[in-house]
Amino acid sequence: MSFFSEALWVLLLGSLLGLELIGKVPPTLHTPLMSGANAISGITMLAALTLIIKSGENLPLLIIGSISLGFALFNVIGGFLVTDRMLAMFSRKKTRK
Amino acid sequence: MTFIAPVKFAIDLLAVLLLALGIKGLSKVRSAREANRLAAIAMILAAFGVLLNSQGTIGISINSWIWIICGTLIGGLLGAITAKRVPMTAMPEVVALFNGCGGMSSLLVALGVALFPSADGSDGVVGELIRNFSIVVSLFVGAITFSGSIVAMAKLQGWLSTPSWTQSKARHFFNILCAVIALIGGIYLSIDGQNGLFLIVVASFLLGIGVTLPIGGADMPVVISLLNSYSGVAAAAAGFVVGSQLLIVAGAMVGAAGLILTQVMCDGMNRSLVSVLFGGALGASSVASGGGGGEYTNITSCSPEECALTLEAAERVVIVPGYGLAVAQAQHTLREVTRVLENADIEVTYAIHPVAGRMPGHMNVLLAEADVPYEQLKEMDVINPEFPGTDVVLVLGANDVVNPQAKNDQTSPLYGMPVLDVQEARTVFVVKRGMSAGYSGIKNDLFDLQNTSMVFGDAKKVLGDLLLELKELGVGSKG
Repeated sequence: MSFFSEALWVLLLGSLLGLELIGKVPPTLHTPLMSGANAISGITMLAALTLIIKSGENLPLLIIGSISLGFALFNVIGGFLVTDRMLAMFSRKKTRK
Repeated sequence: MTFIAPVKFAIDLLAVLLLALGIKGLSKVRSAREANRLAAIAMILAAFGVLLNSQGTIGISINSWIWIICGTLIGGLLGAITAKRVPMTAMPEVVALFNGCGGMSSLLVALGVALFPSADGSDGVVGELIRNFSIVVSLFVGAITFSGSIVAMAKLQGWLSTPSWTQSKARHFFNILCAVIALIGGIYLSIDGQNGLFLIVVASFLLGIGVTLPIGGADMPVVISLLNSYSGVAAAAAGFVVGSQLLIVAGAMVGAAGLILTQVMCDGMNRSLVSVLFGGALGASSVASGGGGGEYTNITSCSPEECALTLEAAERVVIVPGYGLAVAQAQHTLREVTRVLENADIEVTYAIHPVAGRMPGHMNVLLAEADVPYEQLKEMDVINPEFPGTDVVLVLGANDVVNPQAKNDQTSPLYGMPVLDVQEARTVFVVKRGMSAGYSGIKNDLFDLQNTSMVFGDAKKVLGDLLLELKELGVGSKG
């Protein structure tokens, strides 16, 4: 049970941290922030990785894990790139000033 | 290989720190871009940590490597291509699509562990009941996130309309039924770890569809933001399933931050989360209660030509871009028009309502894409006192955000929503496709005012005509 109780603490503290991190967001950044946070939620790729590694020679499991990893990376890489593309437009405007 | 565990631990700690700094930084304009990169680095670190740790403890077979590389390449490439290709106007759909895929990933992990319990990452450290319960949460939230996001994307793209039955009470019945079935499946699965698996997946899928389908296009960003929060919860649940604390903390952070962001968005739109999720289309109820209804009595319409003549004589022009502009993808044409005006020494500024565009902050992105200087974009509180000294206001595809009812009429459902006081200006032109109401379904008193003229037509077409007229008048072509 020790993993579980530790994990619950982690869950609690992580949630509190998340609540504190975003206090006041200028409306300009709502869209990029949403997209960036969305990319981070693709962290579930770690679970997919773990699944593949632990599955050994179990082919169906390897396939499920691989598809899962694909979905997660689609989210992560796409999310970060698209966020960067949006933010690049803001910074370009400001440096030109 | 004893040194690997502490190294992995250090990597995880660093990754969490970077992720937290990333989310924090993303909420400030100056640091946003670096913050996004920090978060990306954190993800790479975290993945490296998992690989290193596994290599050191149980080893990674060649077979596993092949499947890892396959999944990475295909998912990563598709993601990169999508991110590069997508037009900025389609941003809400894309975020929804990415988000749905994240939910799907969590769902698949839980599915894999449920079907093949030997793959349980925690090696019996986690009790069976807790493990099963984590699987249930991961399946449930993952499925809702996926189907909800895909429906949101399809609706925003216009592939799906709102079926009429979803506006009736029947949808509540449908949703409750799905939730109950998912709950029963969940209880089964928690107890014996096998039965009820597909029951819960299918019911959760349907629930995601049933909840998202009735929601109107303008409320969709709130839903996407909420689903984004869910995908964080799904990731945290997957963390319990495979026994990864890093996953739990990151998922919890995104889940909580997403919830706050959703709340902030709701505030900007003067909507409560409950009414977005359960209220259905705002229009139906407001017409019934009679508040804000009524017929238009004094509509003046005019041609782009008249509009151009007025603009020529103006000294200060304020542009109010809205949803319609984004949908018509007219931001580049708008920029050409304003360039002509600027060449004629007419002062042009843009009034950005907090929820202008298809998603809060979306309009800023679109105008930035069309090369509008950042300093010409003014937020509502800054621009509102300036309207009395303005000659011409050009409202492009915005409606509810310029409705004076929100300030004057206490019975109006819009009352209390922050709006732009465009009626204070000398002349107001409203470019609009027809007399249909905004997404709130409420009559806009602005259109009836003496100093307001309507220019009917698609925003892009009207702006194109306006551009031609201005050029014919010789505006901005010095010498």
